[in-house]
Amino acid sequence: MKYICLGYMHEEVWETIPESERNTFTDECFMYDDELRKNGHLAGGEALQGVQNATTLRWRSGNVSVTDGPFAETKEQIGGIMILEATDLNHAIRLLSKHPSLRLGRGGCSWEIRPAADLTALIEESKRRGKW
Amino acid sequence: MPATEFSEPEPRMMHIEQTSMQNSAEHIHQHLGEIYRKESRLVFATLIRLLGDFDLAEDAMQDAFKAALEQWREKGIPSNPRAWLVSTGRFKAIDRVRRQSKFDPLQVQHVRQLEADTADPSRQVDKEIEDDVLRLIFTCCHPALSLEARTAMTLREVCDLTTEEIASAFLVTPSTLAQRIVRAKAKIREAKIPFEVPPEHELPDRLGAVLQVIYLVFNEGYYASSGESVTRIDLSSEAIRLGRLLHDLLPDPEVTGLLGLMLLHESRQQARTTQAGDLILLEDQDRSLWDREMIEEGLSLVDQAFSSKRAGPYTLQAGIAALHAEAKSPEATDWAQIAGLYGLLLRLNPSPVIELNRAVAIAMYKGPEAGLQQIDAILERGELNDYQLAHSARAELCRKIGRTNEARASWERALALAQQDPERRFIERKLRELGTG
Repeated sequence: MKYICLGYMHEEVWETIPESERNTFTDECFMYDDELRKNGHLAGGEALQGVQNATTLRWRSGNVSVTDGPFAETKEQIGGIMILEATDLNHAIRLLSKHPSLRLGRGGCSWEIRPAADLTALIEESKRRGKW
Repeated sequence: MPATEFSEPEPRMMHIEQTSMQNSAEHIHQHLGEIYRKESRLVFATLIRLLGDFDLAEDAMQDAFKAALEQWREKGIPSNPRAWLVSTGRFKAIDRVRRQSKFDPLQVQHVRQLEADTADPSRQVDKEIEDDVLRLIFTCCHPALSLEARTAMTLREVCDLTTEEIASAFLVTPSTLAQRIVRAKAKIREAKIPFEVPPEHELPDRLGAVLQVIYLVFNEGYYASSGESVTRIDLSSEAIRLGRLLHDLLPDPEVTGLLGLMLLHESRQQARTTQAGDLILLEDQDRSLWDREMIEEGLSLVDQAFSSKRAGPYTLQAGIAALHAEAKSPEATDWAQIAGLYGLLLRLNPSPVIELNRAVAIAMYKGPEAGLQQIDAILERGELNDYQLAHSARAELCRKIGRTNEARASWERALALAQQDPERRFIERKLRELGTG
């Protein structure tokens, strides 16, 4: 089963960390990602650029409106996503608990685990309506 | 009893000695009631493991007991009723899913999976089935569920209380509680929370989530206002029962500690309120009303828990309760050791409430001024400003050293924060005793 993990970062915390510490931290994270990949548990994932480079689209009076920035203004932002392949939630928790990013001090990082939704039935139903 | 008369447990096909006594409707009915009380949670837990779904297992268990009522009258009571019920429940569930699969192609796969699991559940040793109850407890108390959901699930699925009983115990509407349970089961199913006992290295954390639920249930019963206790089920006894069950299945020192703690608290049940339901402080209680039997059992559990040499928070609290239980009078209490145990507890779990309790213990052996100094320091930090007991404790110490005006001000602050009638009456009495100054 796939679990999509949303990694939240506290940018202010990140910025206060000295460079050498950041490097060690980054190295450890990459090493663990690699371990996950080798064991077939990492089904995908990306790190995200900062929210200053984000663009938000929404529907506004019949048109798509394009605006700067994230949808919600919060201190914690999603810094990366990871798709884990795990047998069940306990397995996913176990895999993610060992991720070095969690040890970023002062609550600088947290992960939200969201099980992937199975849309098979929905897609079948939609196909039966015959438009595609 | 028939259960011991037959040698080999044989599930589906039972050859049963037919005697008129065994088969009388009344006898079967009575016996089945007994079996339900003793076995239904075990049967249910095993069915969840076999079927992988709470609701399907619940229906299957009901179906199995219904079938027992009909068939045992004809054929007699099987030699291993638990195995019979599990087997029957499983077949009934497969039937149920097969019927549904006629309308839903996605269920076909489900039927195949269920049928493929050919391990004969009735042949499994009792240990495995006991583990199913443990699996049930750990699943209901999974930390991915909210504390509210964990509590509702545990009382409903492990203790077999009705939704109405749980709702009235927690003063919410039955529909709110039912929804809580539906959502929890959906999360277990959809997020795939497995039906398993956590491995050894995860046990301390996962057990914490279970013990938290049991202690919450206990305290909910212990501090429930007396006016409503008539209609509410006895949650404290339920928590103790749950504690005993867990202790039998998993004798971890902290489980032992929690069970001891609950028994030592419960032993004072008769002494802690007046007939009108007013609270009596520990130091004013009639100690002859304390339940000696519960105390003895509690003390021996506390000894057992401490002998593990890694006393956790429940064991430390139980140690404190034990020192109270052993003391012939408030004055004879070993307050220095109590303060020491609070100190250890603070190291495990820094909390201003524990600090407050330690301050009160210090006041008992070093004098009210020493305790007051500490309470004022805590209050100055602002952490317990809205905590009734901090102001009550301060008031009592101020009174003892003759600072009457300060005592009155603190009691008044406590009164404003008190939430339950007995507490309010207690504080009002204390204010009257101070006089109008």
